[in-house]
Amino acid sequence: MELDDLYRRVIMDHYKNPRNRGTLDEDSLTVNLNNPTCGDRITLQLQVEDGIVKQAKFTGEGCSISMSSASMMTEAVKGKTTAEALELAERFSAFIKGGEAEFEELEDIEALSGVSKFPARIKCATLSWNALRKGIEHQNQ
Amino acid sequence: MNVQAIREQFPILHQQINGHPLVYLDSAATSQKPRSVIDAVSRYYEMDNANVHRGVHTLGSRATDAYEGAREKVAQFLNAASPQEIIFTRGTTTALNLVASSYARSVCGEGDEIVITQMEHHSNFIPWQQVAKATGATLKFIPLEKDGSIKLENVEATITDRTKVVSVMYVSNVLGVINPIKEITAIAHRHGAIMVVDGAQSTPHMKVDVRDLDCDFYAFSGHKMCAPTGIGALYGKKALLEAMEPIEFGGEMIDHVDLYDSTWKELPWKFEGGTPIIAGAVGLGAAIDFLTEIGLDEIEKHEHKLASYAYERLSTIDGISIFGPKDNRAGLVTFNLDDVHPHDVATVLDTKGIAVRAGHHCCQPLMRYLNVSSTARASFYLYNTEEDVDRLVVGLQQTKEFFGHGIG
Repeated sequence: MELDDLYRRVIMDHYKNPRNRGTLDEDSLTVNLNNPTCGDRITLQLQVEDGIVKQAKFTGEGCSISMSSASMMTEAVKGKTTAEALELAERFSAFIKGGEAEFEELEDIEALSGVSKFPARIKCATLSWNALRKGIEHQNQ
Repeated sequence: MNVQAIREQFPILHQQINGHPLVYLDSAATSQKPRSVIDAVSRYYEMDNANVHRGVHTLGSRATDAYEGAREKVAQFLNAASPQEIIFTRGTTTALNLVASSYARSVCGEGDEIVITQMEHHSNFIPWQQVAKATGATLKFIPLEKDGSIKLENVEATITDRTKVVSVMYVSNVLGVINPIKEITAIAHRHGAIMVVDGAQSTPHMKVDVRDLDCDFYAFSGHKMCAPTGIGALYGKKALLEAMEPIEFGGEMIDHVDLYDSTWKELPWKFEGGTPIIAGAVGLGAAIDFLTEIGLDEIEKHEHKLASYAYERLSTIDGISIFGPKDNRAGLVTFNLDDVHPHDVATVLDTKGIAVRAGHHCCQPLMRYLNVSSTARASFYLYNTEEDVDRLVVGLQQTKEFFGHGIG
């Protein structure tokens, strides 16, 4: 277990300079999710128009892995259809558990591959993605 | 106290984690188990396993003797008046829930008060919250000082003649503070309230005398004091336990069953429905023997020294915040490093073979009081040494270094 596998430069960059941190209009799709065992929490807001994610923003607090993952996720889903975003969330889940080695859409996300070697931290990485999934599935109902 | 000789008795401590010798600093979550406890549990299953109180055969008698023998050990360990006052439970949580569900729900009503503190573990928080909601009683909190300690004048101001139950933890699993239980009990009794003590973090580390404390109920878990998981006990004053109704029905707690009504066994069995945790009780008995032989006073002295040493050494780290009082502290130190999330601290330390806890420690209301979302905690037990503390300090310096500059 090498620390540099987990904390790559790009992860720390997203942690220290999160993209899309902030809030959208109150009428945007809003999901609150927390990780009850560790206290991490996220509020994800999505602005969806014509089935396309136009904007994604988040607030919350958590460790470097959860917050950088949220930053990367919001970057990745912008411009995608909700179906594509859901599929991305599915693939991320498989990827973070060590199933897939590559994540071509956004090379930043690939930097999270080291998390799979730290099973205790997988929940941190998937928090924001679970919020994404929950938000879109709720909207589709 | 010869710590090296004690360490020899804990097989788990002698291994490498991620290429480093293990430094286990998470005993407040669960302690490690000595060889004598592991052997007692194995021996029970290899030689004596049978159900208790039922069989007329030899194994049945051996199992019953072992189980009831463990109860006697617990009674002596806590200085209870009789083994009848010891109810075996799964642990502290089940024990506290038993008091809340059986005792408190029957005595509390509209206008009554239940008094706890904001430092309580969820196990000694939610059961009372639920009793208050179900009965219309008011939940009140003894205010905490800035460092998390309790002032008796605030206890005096909170408990009134309407208070039915006061429930406070003996030692905080986050702040390390040792609460003045004996004094709080006296105040509770003066107002006619009963006193419940969450002993999860005190029983493993210091001599506990329930008759000297004069508390009415006292709950603890075995797994934090060298015994297996899944076993713990509730001490209760006999008169109170006798007046209480069981909350679990079936199996061993039954006396006589008619079609439309039934009666219960006498204490302590009326609260122990189903087949009990026999091997767990045997392990708890062995753990009590182990701790008693070393001496609780010795253990407390050792941990107190370690905690003071750790507090002092950790205080020298730039950008660290340490929670809880400096003095009168039990064997744990809870802290945060500026700009590094506690989970990241715990992961970095883990790669150096050091196990600490990060999170809210099942104390969400206390985290809000401290104005943090989570913290890191190093907790000590009789097998920890000053070298362990030194390794922690080096690990934390490396953590700071790593998050300060050294990525990739």
